[in-house]
Amino acid sequence: MSKLSLGSMKGRSALSPFLNYAIVIVAFIALQVAIGMDAMSNSMQSLLVPVCCYIVMAISLNLTVGVLGELSLGHGGFMSLGAFSGIIVSIALKNLVPLSPLRLAIALVVGAIFGAIGGVIVGVPVLRLRGDYLAIVTLAFGEIIKNVMQVLYIGVDEHGLHMSTSEAGLLLSENGTAIVKGPMGAVGVTKLASFTAGFILILITLVIVQNLVHSRAGRAIQALRDNRIAAESIGISATKYKLMAFVTSAALAGAAGALYGLNYSSTLASKFDFNTSILVLVFVVLGGLGSIRGSIIAAAVLTVLPELLRNFDVKEYRMLIYAIVLILVMLVTNNPTIWGWISRFQRRKAEEKGEAEQ
Amino acid sequence: MSKFQKDPVKLVPVPSTNKIPERDIDKSPILECRHLGIDFGGLSAVKDFNMAIGRTEIAGLIGPNGAGKTTVFNLLTKVYQPTRGTILLDGMDTNSMSTVQVNKAGIARTFQNIRLFNNLTVEDNVKLGLHNQVRYNMWSGILRLPQYWKSEKQSHERAMELLSLFDMGYLAQFKAGNLPYGAQRRLEIVRALATNPSLLLLDEPAAGMNPSETAELMETIVKIRDTFGIAILLIEHDMNLVMGICEGIAVLNFGQIIAKGTPDEIKNDPVVIEAYLGKKKEA
Repeated sequence: MSKLSLGSMKGRSALSPFLNYAIVIVAFIALQVAIGMDAMSNSMQSLLVPVCCYIVMAISLNLTVGVLGELSLGHGGFMSLGAFSGIIVSIALKNLVPLSPLRLAIALVVGAIFGAIGGVIVGVPVLRLRGDYLAIVTLAFGEIIKNVMQVLYIGVDEHGLHMSTSEAGLLLSENGTAIVKGPMGAVGVTKLASFTAGFILILITLVIVQNLVHSRAGRAIQALRDNRIAAESIGISATKYKLMAFVTSAALAGAAGALYGLNYSSTLASKFDFNTSILVLVFVVLGGLGSIRGSIIAAAVLTVLPELLRNFDVKEYRMLIYAIVLILVMLVTNNPTIWGWISRFQRRKAEEKGEAEQ
Repeated sequence: MSKFQKDPVKLVPVPSTNKIPERDIDKSPILECRHLGIDFGGLSAVKDFNMAIGRTEIAGLIGPNGAGKTTVFNLLTKVYQPTRGTILLDGMDTNSMSTVQVNKAGIARTFQNIRLFNNLTVEDNVKLGLHNQVRYNMWSGILRLPQYWKSEKQSHERAMELLSLFDMGYLAQFKAGNLPYGAQRRLEIVRALATNPSLLLLDEPAAGMNPSETAELMETIVKIRDTFGIAILLIEHDMNLVMGICEGIAVLNFGQIIAKGTPDEIKNDPVVIEAYLGKKKEA
């Protein structure tokens, strides 16, 4: 008996990272088959790329909130940085790199770099402090990015990039194109994103986040979450590893943003506002802090659910149902009685197995 | 080591430095505190703290509650920056070092209220202690380069070696937060030892233990000193433990050292008895 109860106290199994890859790959194949058999409506198909983006957003935010244990309320800001830098690069390289998958890859990398730069700018001063300052500063950061992008005009011609606060101020030559037009957002974007690209981005994100968490650096990040004073007493530099986790998270959000931006012909800066940041935070909290699989499932389900409800008669109440589902999941996953049932069930199964072996 | 070496240390004779054990006498002390002190606002929590610890000495720091014992530990590990005085670790001044640098220079500690990484496994807790011993960079971890496999194997082996030294090998895969109390205390010591210290600070290692567990702990502490050849400074209220294994003892009261000496000298010191039991009424 005592041996069994000890068993349930053991840490997570080493298999779990591979299970996440398997889930993503199986889901991808199943969806591709469904598309091939014409079993998916157009509105559902149009959701595939955004779902991929939100999954990457949720996994990357989980690195900050779940693994590092710091609250970030401005993940949408990094997504915005990635989206606009990705769009600009993809249009600027139109003639130089005609191959569109390659252009998409370059745009994602540039998006990630800009996300990372944003992460460094926010992280370096704030992560040195003890306390919940990161939440406040990231909240402000997201709003600043949104407001700056709403007044910024960016265009490109043969002389290079032009930036201004008015369209006339761009001083573009005749062959130039204005890419970002202040409050009208980015316009005239060629749709480069595809479901396959989103799938590959999720896999890359999984590799980066899971391998990071299960390495020397990841252990240090988790140690800082559990007990900062103890971590420093055994020689782990708090600022270095906090920054490492936060910047990685911001870079992945930038890549997700670039993919998102290249999925539509036009993108508004107000798309990446506080609501988006909170939406992603809801995915992470609902899926479970620190649980990568939870983030994936929560992001997918909660992005598809409101669209799915559109198809039924309950159209008017769809956001109400969405909220009720959220509350129910919160109640169920935090309910000790239900967890008691589950562990009792597991114990009984383990006992039966033990008897069978004897 | 030379990285941490600041300006050459001026050796000023300090009159109140205590004796260190015979076998360490020809070597310089591992730790030397000179006129160490810290003020919190107007309150001097520690005043004029002088102490030397030999290279393989087990030293004790005792005193009534609130005397400032844990504050001394926090000064030594730079959780607090001292207001006055110097700390010489193996002859080098730790004045400008941070907690992290002090640990790299050779001081490891445990905490009065256990501070483990509760959500990580026992093995991972020890591997975290090895953080600066077995190194590889972030990218070898993410891309799983050969360096990752080699170093992870090495740190796994060293972690298991350390754990089995304390009969905790079978607990390696449990979450640290789920261990029984005594095992958590031992794990904290193993984690501190993994950082390869030359001085180990133990803050009330026997707190909450029964007499037989305390006896076991005494053997463990002596074993640590003999196996690793390091110095140990411990804070403890259990007089059996302190008198049983410490070679030198300093008694702290109201932030000041009121007595120093061997266990026998301390036991019979009237000042110490007064600090613990109060003044004898004149008949």
